[in-house]
Amino acid sequence: MSIRLKSIIAVLAVGAAFSASAADPIKIGLSGPFTGGSSPMGVSMRDGVKLAADEINAKGGVLGRKIELIERDDQADNTRGIQVTQELINKEHVVAGIGFINSGVALAAQRFYQEAKIPVVNNVATATLITKQFMPPEFPDSYVFRTSANDTLQTTLMVEEAVGKRKFTKIAILADSTNYGQLGREDLEKALLKKGIKPVAVEKYNIKDVDMTAQLLKAKQAGAQVVMTYGIGPELAQIANGMEKLGWKVPMMGSWTLSMSNFIDNAGKNGDGAVMPQTFIQEGNTPKRKAFIAAYQKAYKVDRIPSPVSAAQGYDSMYLLADAIKQAGSTDGPKIRAALENLKDKYEGVVKTYDHPYTHDDHEAIKLSDVMMGEVKGGHVVHAK
Amino acid sequence: MEILLQLTVSGIALGMIYAVIAFGYQLTFATSGTLNFGQGEALMLGALTGLTLVGHMGYWVMIPLVMLFGAAQGIVVERLGVAPAMKTKSEFGWIMATIALGIIFKNTAENIWGKDDLKFPSPLSEEPLKFLGVRVLPMEILVVIGAIVMMLAVELFNRRSIYGKAVVATSNDRDAAGLMGINTGMVITFSYALSSLTAAFAGVLVAPLTLTGATMGTVLGLKAFAVAIIGGLNSGMGVIVGGLILGIAETTTGFYISTGYKDVPGLVLLLLVLAIKPAGLFGKAAIKKV
Repeated sequence: MSIRLKSIIAVLAVGAAFSASAADPIKIGLSGPFTGGSSPMGVSMRDGVKLAADEINAKGGVLGRKIELIERDDQADNTRGIQVTQELINKEHVVAGIGFINSGVALAAQRFYQEAKIPVVNNVATATLITKQFMPPEFPDSYVFRTSANDTLQTTLMVEEAVGKRKFTKIAILADSTNYGQLGREDLEKALLKKGIKPVAVEKYNIKDVDMTAQLLKAKQAGAQVVMTYGIGPELAQIANGMEKLGWKVPMMGSWTLSMSNFIDNAGKNGDGAVMPQTFIQEGNTPKRKAFIAAYQKAYKVDRIPSPVSAAQGYDSMYLLADAIKQAGSTDGPKIRAALENLKDKYEGVVKTYDHPYTHDDHEAIKLSDVMMGEVKGGHVVHAK
Repeated sequence: MEILLQLTVSGIALGMIYAVIAFGYQLTFATSGTLNFGQGEALMLGALTGLTLVGHMGYWVMIPLVMLFGAAQGIVVERLGVAPAMKTKSEFGWIMATIALGIIFKNTAENIWGKDDLKFPSPLSEEPLKFLGVRVLPMEILVVIGAIVMMLAVELFNRRSIYGKAVVATSNDRDAAGLMGINTGMVITFSYALSSLTAAFAGVLVAPLTLTGATMGTVLGLKAFAVAIIGGLNSGMGVIVGGLILGIAETTTGFYISTGYKDVPGLVLLLLVLAIKPAGLFGKAAIKKV
């Protein structure tokens, strides 16, 4: 083969490669529990992300390429979470990850993103440890970012509401036995200790428990004035229903999961008055929020978003990631990470306006001032008074 | 004292839920020596079918339909899972087959009803009743009554009707019953139908108390199995006592020791029973002739 022919082939090959990459979509991994007790969060998050990706693609995509979401159901299961994460990275070759609802899954699976130097934005999982897992100085760079309110923020607010505002001194904690429940309980106890309060009862229950009598009676006997919870929707509903059964009426205050549709539906009127920290409430009070709610309702034909917080945080996480890829001018992992840590364009999101949300050593986009208290009222979450 | 009473009452309600499911295990074990490990799933299917039907008719009208559905489901399990294993005299084939069918039922239910937990509308008032400072939901009383009535009905059927006598005969000695002209294969199919029928009935009975969803049967089915082992696989009295022991152990341990350990005493008891009296507290030890 002559040198000339070889060079022609080479040029053609390179040209083919280039044109392929220009048309190739940017693959982003999207994982969460789309089934099971956590699914209201997972499905809302996924739909929020898809809504954002569709909007971005309608405007021409990023770097002239479309965004393609590769969805995987982790079933809220740690082992399954590891499997799908590895599949997304090694088989699908995603350039970034979005998702993680369950703290246990995030802590088990996000290290694969870290090892592959691919950024991942946690948009719902809340364990305080998540963004600290790979932080400097132990690690040179962390690839784990977050757009949700971590448990430290949430418990601070919960304690502020219970102890600061309502002046309760006798507090009972009911937490489920998962990573989420137990890590949250630790944070809650720490936040209470800062106010000099030791809970009068700290009780545990398992996922799928049908009877909460023992836990509630212990709290009641200890003279608790408020029940603070860390768990997910179905069991939280059993707690609310159990309190009604025992005829014991004290306020229920818990982490943001008290806003899940499967708590509100299964607890019915017993859930009314439950108070929880929220980053987003389905009451359009800015044009951006109004537009987002309308777009979600139209796209997925629902009136009430199953988990408005997850949908909003998912939507924002997609835009932040797209902005970072645009700024990096590349889909190279370290470059996207560097861009996320120094985002130059302000992004007016649904939850808040993100102005340099991250730095090299701070991967939390949500600050204390971005979180408010919500309250269950007549089957919806509204702003707490 | 009031506390102990409340814990006991809640424990009884919980225990009767376990007992009514455990009863289903017994029915098939008596006739065929096999168990339906998909008993929890039969319960779940009954509850979800009931939930769909209850939207179109009243709760009480729905119950017989759900029981019919349960019977049909039991026949499917026996025909697909158990009969082939019995025919080939496979000792363990039915174990895998019933577990596999259970998983298939669960997945099917997830596709039809979704994977979320749903609320089952309660036919009775959700306001608790008060006796001597103890509070109990009307639905909990219904579960206890329903469970006892159902067990009595099955017992009566076995003792008084000619078909029931065929069931008893098959339980006592399958080969001899066969020689007497009883179609034992049919009896076994019938016992599966009856077993799933009771499970489906139990499903709609407990669903207003627990939540209703594709995964509701897994934990309940497992605990009921423990109850059946504790009480004895061939004693009707056994499942009630076993259920009450497990239910009350759960609530009282949760209160007096720690809610983190509430499942432990029941399981310790299970181990003790297996070690000391493997046929169960009320079970008759079977003499296996080789």
